[in-house]
Amino acid sequence: MTTSGSEVGVEHVTVSFDGEIVLDDVSLTIEPGAVIALVGGSGTGKSTLLRVIAGLLVPDTGRVLLDGCDITDTPTHRRGIGMVFQDNQLFPHLTVAENIAFGLKMAGAPPAEQRAQASRSLDEVGLAGFERRQATELSGGEAKRVALARTLATDPRVVLLDEPLTGLDRDLHDELMHDLADRLRRTDATAILVTHDHAEADAIADRTVELAGL
Amino acid sequence: MNRLPRRLVVGLAITPAVGLAVFYLWPFATLLAEAISWEAVTTVLGRGRTWEIVWFTTWQAIASTVLTMLVGLAPAWVVARFDFPGRRGLVSILTAVFVMPTVVMGAAMLAVLPDSLDRTVWAVLGAHVLFNVAVIVRTVGAVWEHLPVDMEHAAATLGASPIAVFRHITLPLLKPAMSAAAAIVFLFTFTSFGVIRVVGAPGTRTIEVEVWRRATQLGQVDQAAVLTVLQLVALAAVAVWSVRAQRRHSRALALRPLTRPQRPRRQRDRRSVAAVASATAVVALGPFVALVVRSMSTPTGWTLEAWRTIDTAEVRPGLSVGIDPIDALVNSLQTMLWATAIAVIVGALASLAIAAAGRAGRVLDAGLMLPIGTSAVTIGFGMLITFDTDPVDWRASWWIVPVGHALVAVPFVVRTTLGVLRAVDPDLVAAANTLGASPTRAWSTVIVPHLWKPLAVAAAFAAAISLGEFGATSFLSRSGNETLPIAIEALLGRPGSLLQAKGYVLATMLAAATMVVVLVVDRFQERGR
Repeated sequence: MTTSGSEVGVEHVTVSFDGEIVLDDVSLTIEPGAVIALVGGSGTGKSTLLRVIAGLLVPDTGRVLLDGCDITDTPTHRRGIGMVFQDNQLFPHLTVAENIAFGLKMAGAPPAEQRAQASRSLDEVGLAGFERRQATELSGGEAKRVALARTLATDPRVVLLDEPLTGLDRDLHDELMHDLADRLRRTDATAILVTHDHAEADAIADRTVELAGL
Repeated sequence: MNRLPRRLVVGLAITPAVGLAVFYLWPFATLLAEAISWEAVTTVLGRGRTWEIVWFTTWQAIASTVLTMLVGLAPAWVVARFDFPGRRGLVSILTAVFVMPTVVMGAAMLAVLPDSLDRTVWAVLGAHVLFNVAVIVRTVGAVWEHLPVDMEHAAATLGASPIAVFRHITLPLLKPAMSAAAAIVFLFTFTSFGVIRVVGAPGTRTIEVEVWRRATQLGQVDQAAVLTVLQLVALAAVAVWSVRAQRRHSRALALRPLTRPQRPRRQRDRRSVAAVASATAVVALGPFVALVVRSMSTPTGWTLEAWRTIDTAEVRPGLSVGIDPIDALVNSLQTMLWATAIAVIVGALASLAIAAAGRAGRVLDAGLMLPIGTSAVTIGFGMLITFDTDPVDWRASWWIVPVGHALVAVPFVVRTTLGVLRAVDPDLVAAANTLGASPTRAWSTVIVPHLWKPLAVAAAFAAAISLGEFGATSFLSRSGNETLPIAIEALLGRPGSLLQAKGYVLATMLAAATMVVVLVVDRFQERGR
């Protein structure tokens, strides 16, 4: 890992949908390289906050800072913030390798490098040899690992994880939870995990933040 | 066991099957037999004009398809991705435009375009694009709506710019829907008839128009038959290609239950949505507004004369053009009632039979779909040359036009009703059986009542189809018995501003009637949901 994590700042962010306030004047600072868990019941706006940080949602008021720079108006693709979605969002028309190499391709990396990185990333998540599989043919656990590998392949400064382990059966959940904790600790990226499960938060994160308390 | 008595199923199937055989298969066979003539084949294929027409038919269909796709993607995106005031209205407008009678669309194009563009290929392309934008919005839009927004978001978090997201993610995933829509638009425009009859010129003739011209204007029935077969071969080739392409493109897209379209949050999105939606509405409605305007304007100024004198066939005292608009209106309404009655009864019997009969039902189902695959022109042409000798000299019979219309409408009735019948849980019938109902009793109390609601919608569709039907009617209607579309085409083809204005009056009436049908059906379906 070459890039180190960034400091993420959220200042006085307010978001409302059709008049209903979801985030009310939320402020939060996350130190570079930390792995934190955002916990809170449903409807507390955890996912909404992640989307604001990723630039997928424009806050009504407030700012998002990356290493002290205001990125509130920076489009998502220029933020260098990776995200793992709850339902993976693997691209169904691409192979596993193409999915993982997508970010490198967008960055203009030569095909050979894309292939090499894809293989390396698959190795790291224990799926060596999966390159040519179709994304639609994967089991739930495999798809989750590919989604994580895809996000980490571009070496993002910040990784956002939106309930990545929700909806998996117990054994798979526990196995992936340990892998995820291990994998995140080995990167320097700042990571923000959204979950409603305190045990999961404790196992993965250095620190837990209750969203309701912000 | 608990099966329906054979007699009942056969009884249901007999009317649709015989009707199909007599009024579709037999005329079709007559037409094919007519085309088996070495002399006619060599004459038609050896004529340079034939190939010019084939070439024009093909390239205008390709151009129409490409243009429709380009124009349709923006409204498809807006409707699929965003919720905004007037969203449902916009879809309704496009749907209404799609089901507009072809001559009305032609008239609207004549009305809206400057005179210099009338009767040029531009008018043809304009009408085709406007007609078929709804196909793109509905077929491509439906898939787009189900593509998770987060999939595009995921691409953005991996560094893809909005253009790259569209190119690498959205477009490849929409491709199957786009090629399906393209095939539909191509087939519609390849067999374009009514539009071209109204806005076309000698240089812009499709094969369909040439079939009509040879058969009815020049009396070269055998040559027209050869052209019909030529067209069928081309259509079959496109259909095969389309099925192949679908299969190649098809992939198991795990389409998720859609996240409802969202209100646009960014300023930029709000502006794009407003611009695309209003431009679409203006482009879709403009020609029809022009229709009304032209019905009231003459070179000398505004006048309601055409509306006031619509009930007389005279242009000047003592001079008549032989087309009585009010007669045409009355005739159209009578034809509509009969055609709807026939289509609904035959279609309902067919649906019940198909749903009850298993494998044999599939044959009837496929058979009843054939009239869609061929064209209305082919149907009318076949009937014209089949029912012309005793004891089946039915050309002058009043019911031949309604029967032709019903033939065109039955496939739609079957498609609207059959799905509902098939969706009835078989366990309901089983439950009725265990409660002591005989198979027939169970069928009539559990299955049949599901028919009424879709049948009402189907009746409205059949009525709209009959009101606007032009292809088959061009062959079957007799002078003095014109329907509205025939009268509109004739009036707009005559010189003289009053006659033209009357053509626009009738077109306005027909457009309004179609609009009412669409809105009624829309309401009805909305309430059923």
